[in-house]
Amino acid sequence: MSQKIATRTAYGAALAEIGGNPNIVVLDADLSKSTKTDTFKKKYPERHINVGIAESNMMSIAAGLAACGKTVFASTFAIFASGRAYDQVRNSIGYPHLNVKIGATHAGITVGEDGASHQALEDIALMRAIPGMTVISPADAVSTGALVKLAAEMVGPVYLRLGRLDVPVLYEENTKFEIGKGLTIKDGKNITLIATGFMVQQALEAAERLKAEGISARVIDLHTIKPIDTEIIVKAARETGAIITCEEHNIMGGLGSAVSEVVVRNAPVPMDFVGVEDQFGKSGKPQDLIVKYGLTPEKIVEKAKALLKRKK
Amino acid sequence: MDGKTKLELQMTATKIRKGIITAVASAGSGHPGGSLSGADIMTYLYFKELRVDPKNPKDPNRDRFVLSKGHCTPGLYSTLAYRGFFPVEDLTEFRQVDSYLEGHPNMDKVPGVDMSTGSLGQGISAAVGMALAGKLDSKEYRVFSLLGDGELEEGQVWEAAMAAAHYKLDNLTAFVDYNGLQIDGNITDVMNPEPIADKFRAFGWNVIDINAHDFDEIEKGIEGAKAVKGKPTAIIAHSVKGKGVSFMENDPSWHGSAPKKEQAEQAIAELDAYLAALS
Ligand SMILES: Cc1ncc(C[n+]2csc(CCOP(=O)(O)OP(=O)(O)O)c2C)c(N)n1
Ligand SMILES: [Mg+2]
Repeated sequence: MSQKIATRTAYGAALAEIGGNPNIVVLDADLSKSTKTDTFKKKYPERHINVGIAESNMMSIAAGLAACGKTVFASTFAIFASGRAYDQVRNSIGYPHLNVKIGATHAGITVGEDGASHQALEDIALMRAIPGMTVISPADAVSTGALVKLAAEMVGPVYLRLGRLDVPVLYEENTKFEIGKGLTIKDGKNITLIATGFMVQQALEAAERLKAEGISARVIDLHTIKPIDTEIIVKAARETGAIITCEEHNIMGGLGSAVSEVVVRNAPVPMDFVGVEDQFGKSGKPQDLIVKYGLTPEKIVEKAKALLKRKK
Repeated sequence: MDGKTKLELQMTATKIRKGIITAVASAGSGHPGGSLSGADIMTYLYFKELRVDPKNPKDPNRDRFVLSKGHCTPGLYSTLAYRGFFPVEDLTEFRQVDSYLEGHPNMDKVPGVDMSTGSLGQGISAAVGMALAGKLDSKEYRVFSLLGDGELEEGQVWEAAMAAAHYKLDNLTAFVDYNGLQIDGNITDVMNPEPIADKFRAFGWNVIDINAHDFDEIEKGIEGAKAVKGKPTAIIAHSVKGKGVSFMENDPSWHGSAPKKEQAEQAIAELDAYLAALS
């Protein structure tokens, strides 16, 4: 399982796979080589529509296509999908609950060298605040492929948060995924690490290190942030008594906030958050940025040990 | 323009092009194509036109330049470095984690950068704001911006164009780097923004067509803009993406990819040969 594939690559491949369905239309805004919708374009050029560098326009065009019965995938970088076109996503897609899947690639700081202007660290917060929006953030290529297909089958708006960086494949082919259901990928009883996207692999590694120090950590891949899997979170809170969330996003408004909302209402336990601490990113190699912003297994271990001291 | 001035500008532009190659090759990423196509315009602006002082980069009375196509930082940084805003050697730190030379312009970190940009279409609106502030404060400074031709596909550009004409911003000059290419291919294939000159005219702008790689024409464009009262000016600068490096010219694949070591060496050798021929 040492193979590394970017989730954006898996997204493009999945689109090409389901593209035989003539109802699927894919939109892009002059980034089809980067978002990998060009993989779909090679097979189905007539249903790949490039709108040019015009993301806001793209989102409302997607809404119009969906209003006429199409299943639409609209792709650009996460920063532009969630930020630049926010009002179009909210009012043209979210409010009328149209069947548009937003394939938002290059999310988070692992965008790397392009720097802060291109690193979406607030997109989960923005998207999950839209009523009826499903928010999916897969950890690897296998889960991306499965979740893209499930997103195409369901009716309603979906935000798919995808990465630029090549990341390890964590799952066996044919693993069962369900939108809205997290996966416990490592059991444990002292603490739970709830992670999403690229941070799932970091959490797994942190769990290994904690084990070496005699701490048993459960790891949950919360690939769907909305609708959130209340059951798996409450169970983890009750059974392990402490939770750390791990995300490549601002600690405000993202996975940590979403999990806290569930924990506070149902089973309050001590929590802490690993993520970007309310600041903009910067340019650098992805690995350098991961260290600079504390998105490492070391940081998770450090916070986990500190949190365990607060556990009753 | 006299022959000596022109020769000096040509030599400076060639050094700036070398700086572009050095920056992107050191970073292993970045945008050489549009930086090279805009290099002569930025050279002319910073070495002949703009009233700016590298020792006092925040002077409130200075002329402003907004790189609306913010991905072309290699061009902007190389120009600023040669103009004395920061050491030329720092170009090798471009895009590194410990460097202030961010992938896209950051006005709080880089001396000489007047606006943070990177999301296409926003810089020109900020330039409108700067020109408006100049009018409100009865200041003499002028505002220049450089846009990509693909960037014109952003609706915001035309909202800015409408506002600039509405407020009669004759202190604003926008260059369009008309290289015919964006990321996914030819602008006319991806999302045709033509006819560009007619569009700006219809929006109430004075329009001047120039060759982006001829300093006499760049001068003609800027002087033409200054002579017009009550209207902003769009200078449609016909350019070659990748200009000055043979294997990068007119090839969209050099939009956002860095040359490998041997390619960078070849590019530098070509530019050195040109420099030698000039002197
Ligand atoms: C709002 C926005 N959408 C997309 C991008 C990604 N992007 C960077 S450069 C570019 C193409 C720009 O083409 P053009 O304006 O013609 O620039 P040039 O040819 O001068 O490099 C795109 C789509 C961006 N930076 N901002
Ligand atoms: Mg162009």
